[in-house]
Amino acid sequence: MAYPDVRQTADRTAGNRLLPLRQRAVQADPDRPGTLASGHRACQGCGEALGARWVLDAAMRATGGRLVTVNATGCLEVFTTPYPETAWRVAWLHSLFGNAPAVASGVAAALRAQGRTDIRVVGQGGDGGTVDIGFGTLSGMFERDDDVLYVCYDNEAYMNTGVQRSGATPPAARTSTTPALGPAPGNPFGQGKDVPRIAMAHEVPYVATATVADPRDLERKVFRAMAFRGARYLHVLVPCPLGWGAAPHDTIHLARLAVQTGLFPLFEAEAGEVVAVTRLPGPKVPVAEYLRRQRRYAHLFAEPPRTDVIAAVQAIADRNIARYGLEVVPDA
Amino acid sequence: MRDQVEGSHAIARAVVRCRPQVVCAYPISPQTHIVEALAAAVRTGELAPCEFVNVESEFAALSVAIGASAAGSRAYTATSSQGLLFMAEALYNAAGLGLPIVMTVANRALGAPINIWNDHSDSMSQRDSGWVQLYAASNQHAADLHLLAFRLAEELSVPVMVCVDGFVLTHAFEAVDLPDAARVDRFLPAFRPRQVLDPEHPVSIGAMVGPDAFTEVRYLAHTTALRATDRIPALAAELASVLGRPVPAPLHPYRLAGAETVVVALGSVLGTVQDTVDELRQGGRKVGALGLTAFRPFPAAALRQALTGATRVVVLERAFTPGVGGIVTADLRAALADLDVSARTVVAGLGGRAVTRDSLRRVLTAAHEDALAPLTFLDLRRDLVASAERGA
Amino acid sequence: MFQVRIHGRGGQGVVTAAELLSVAAFLDGRHAQAFPSFGSERTGAPVEAYCRISPRPIRLREPVRRPDAVILQDPSLRKHLDVFAGLAPGGYVLINSQRDWRGLDLDAFADRLTPDRTVIVPATQLALVHTGRPLPNAALLGGFAALTGLISLSAVVVAIRRRFPDPVAEGNVAAARAAYRQVQASLSVGTGLAVDGRERAHA
Repeated sequence: MAYPDVRQTADRTAGNRLLPLRQRAVQADPDRPGTLASGHRACQGCGEALGARWVLDAAMRATGGRLVTVNATGCLEVFTTPYPETAWRVAWLHSLFGNAPAVASGVAAALRAQGRTDIRVVGQGGDGGTVDIGFGTLSGMFERDDDVLYVCYDNEAYMNTGVQRSGATPPAARTSTTPALGPAPGNPFGQGKDVPRIAMAHEVPYVATATVADPRDLERKVFRAMAFRGARYLHVLVPCPLGWGAAPHDTIHLARLAVQTGLFPLFEAEAGEVVAVTRLPGPKVPVAEYLRRQRRYAHLFAEPPRTDVIAAVQAIADRNIARYGLEVVPDA
Repeated sequence: MRDQVEGSHAIARAVVRCRPQVVCAYPISPQTHIVEALAAAVRTGELAPCEFVNVESEFAALSVAIGASAAGSRAYTATSSQGLLFMAEALYNAAGLGLPIVMTVANRALGAPINIWNDHSDSMSQRDSGWVQLYAASNQHAADLHLLAFRLAEELSVPVMVCVDGFVLTHAFEAVDLPDAARVDRFLPAFRPRQVLDPEHPVSIGAMVGPDAFTEVRYLAHTTALRATDRIPALAAELASVLGRPVPAPLHPYRLAGAETVVVALGSVLGTVQDTVDELRQGGRKVGALGLTAFRPFPAAALRQALTGATRVVVLERAFTPGVGGIVTADLRAALADLDVSARTVVAGLGGRAVTRDSLRRVLTAAHEDALAPLTFLDLRRDLVASAERGA
Repeated sequence: MFQVRIHGRGGQGVVTAAELLSVAAFLDGRHAQAFPSFGSERTGAPVEAYCRISPRPIRLREPVRRPDAVILQDPSLRKHLDVFAGLAPGGYVLINSQRDWRGLDLDAFADRLTPDRTVIVPATQLALVHTGRPLPNAALLGGFAALTGLISLSAVVVAIRRRFPDPVAEGNVAAARAAYRQVQASLSVGTGLAVDGRERAHA
């Protein structure tokens, strides 16, 4: 499903009534799969619920509903399956915290042995379950090139258990285990894992990053991923109002700012090489615009402000812009 | 077909006959020969359709088996010792989800200190996981128990571990009759999962269950285990008639008639015990032996019945609880609660120390004369512990 | 029941020797059990392996402490271990060496060895000649068959062929046959006694 490179009124909406029906997002379709039904117990403004709904609906559309999902322990699993209810309208298995990739690999192996390779497998989990405790099994899945699309919903901390720091927590962010105290408040600089790049280092068929700020981009990447066989990885930035200390209605806006500052680069890679990037839509947004909207960075804007830290964060954004070539091409 | 083969090889051939569709394992001594043989069987097409997955850890091994089983494929893995512990979370997960995975545990001691040799500390540490535990007394028994395991697992939707003494059985060459495919297929039909990940009929497996229903779900695990207690003897009898030879389960009695002193033991040591019993009987002592093939669920009623005439029991343990003593002894005492049978614990063969006829003869003679302490560490080298204890 | 203990070093095929011995006994219609002492698997470390042979099923699983026969694949071990520990009076001993009784200083063990049941065969050299590798185990089995009569040479040959691929198998078979002939010859030369193939029951 190819989306034209349109820039027009309402291109931020899922529906975009100015596009032909077949070019609209899956979410705009009244007959969309509705894989993640309403009534689940997520927080107001939860980026992960939004991201998971879009990803799974796109995956269901791409596979004609022939999909099995394996879900790591975490917010998504907890708020969707409070026994005796489930929000999932897809074959769904909750694994453990650290083994969703391995369990998904097992499902794929079984389907292969049964001659049912028409049924596709999606493994999913939060950043904790993907970047930290599930990292070994994720790498194993990548290394074996198991036929699984693994999706990481990254809200940059262990939100389910009370906002503790993970290997995906960005520098300077306050979490309950990296408090805003002392001379270097928040999460230290120089730590953390860039899992999309680690996935690329495994040279798996397809790696992409996306956010909940652009549903059509996210859906397109899910469709693209489903066109490949083998191990694929999708890393989706999903703001968490509670954990980030942001307003619930700012979830999408924050995701967009993360992209527009360069802090969250959007790109696709195949077999270890970047093949496409999404350039910034306009001049880069200074990181302070993004940081100031989140109370997890409030300590940077106290008296006196930590302009040194903000500058260090800006340096990270600038490095991403340079590394991925995200600059807007000036009009000729 | 009867052949002189390595125990691991016999187990692998039995597993091949059971037609798993997914085999996944991580290497650890002394399980390695089993999975190597299965890898070869998949490569040559002897075992097909089957996906052999080379995983990155034991935790991954059981995780892959969980995914495979939930997706409706018969799944198998094998491990030992540290590997069993590394997958401990997944053990409870598989049991809680009712996935009929079969796993060989090549029994090996748990570290620290690191030790690659045989005892039962690994499987004993997971006795509350909800897995059925069967212990093989010989390689023939080990091969047969895998057939029983798959059938039992799928009938009751419960995972089963077949415990086979590492090195002592896995690396021993002895004659094993390996059943042909037709016979096994008669006993073990195709896997029909109770619930399965199927896009046509999607279900959510692994929900979060709160205080309002958790007790009930766990109670059902208990009743499943009790059903296994009933089904094990029936299935063993059925398997015996298919194979044309005994399949001792849940118990393995030996010369219990008129026995005043009975040795209870699990696993391969039973053979040496039986030889010792014969010696003592020749010397006029009324001694018998009772092997436990099933340890989980604990065959309490059958055990009671078997030991009703005995005066005393010596439980030969291949693991123990520090500060407490025997593990099997505790379950045995509970089962024999109101019978007038005394029990003594002999902890033997830890970390691969040989359990010899000479030593068994000594402790059994002492037991028979009511001169055995409640807890004995067989062949303990007091010279080695003396200095440490002096310093303590 | 006849119990055999094989001594050697890791990498010399000691475990395989015990296994092949058990297969040969099985092929001859007996019950047999073979297993290693479970030491380190590093090359060069002392290794023991055991084989029990009996007309009845074997249930005992302890290491062999009172062997009816000892096979010494690497005689250098006799200085570090009591390789003849527990050897039954009149027990068989088969030693892999190019040296002779005096060269191996076996007088030091004379009180435990029975001269007409102690045979030395240069199995490593035979293996080198016939297979190009210094692995004496197959040859020693041929020698063992001749020494004890406990297993037949034909069973040894089948066991070797089942275990090894060609051309290694045929080389090992040739080495086994050569060792068999040599041991036979040394026995008849030494004492004029025919080898007694009767089962030895040992308490």
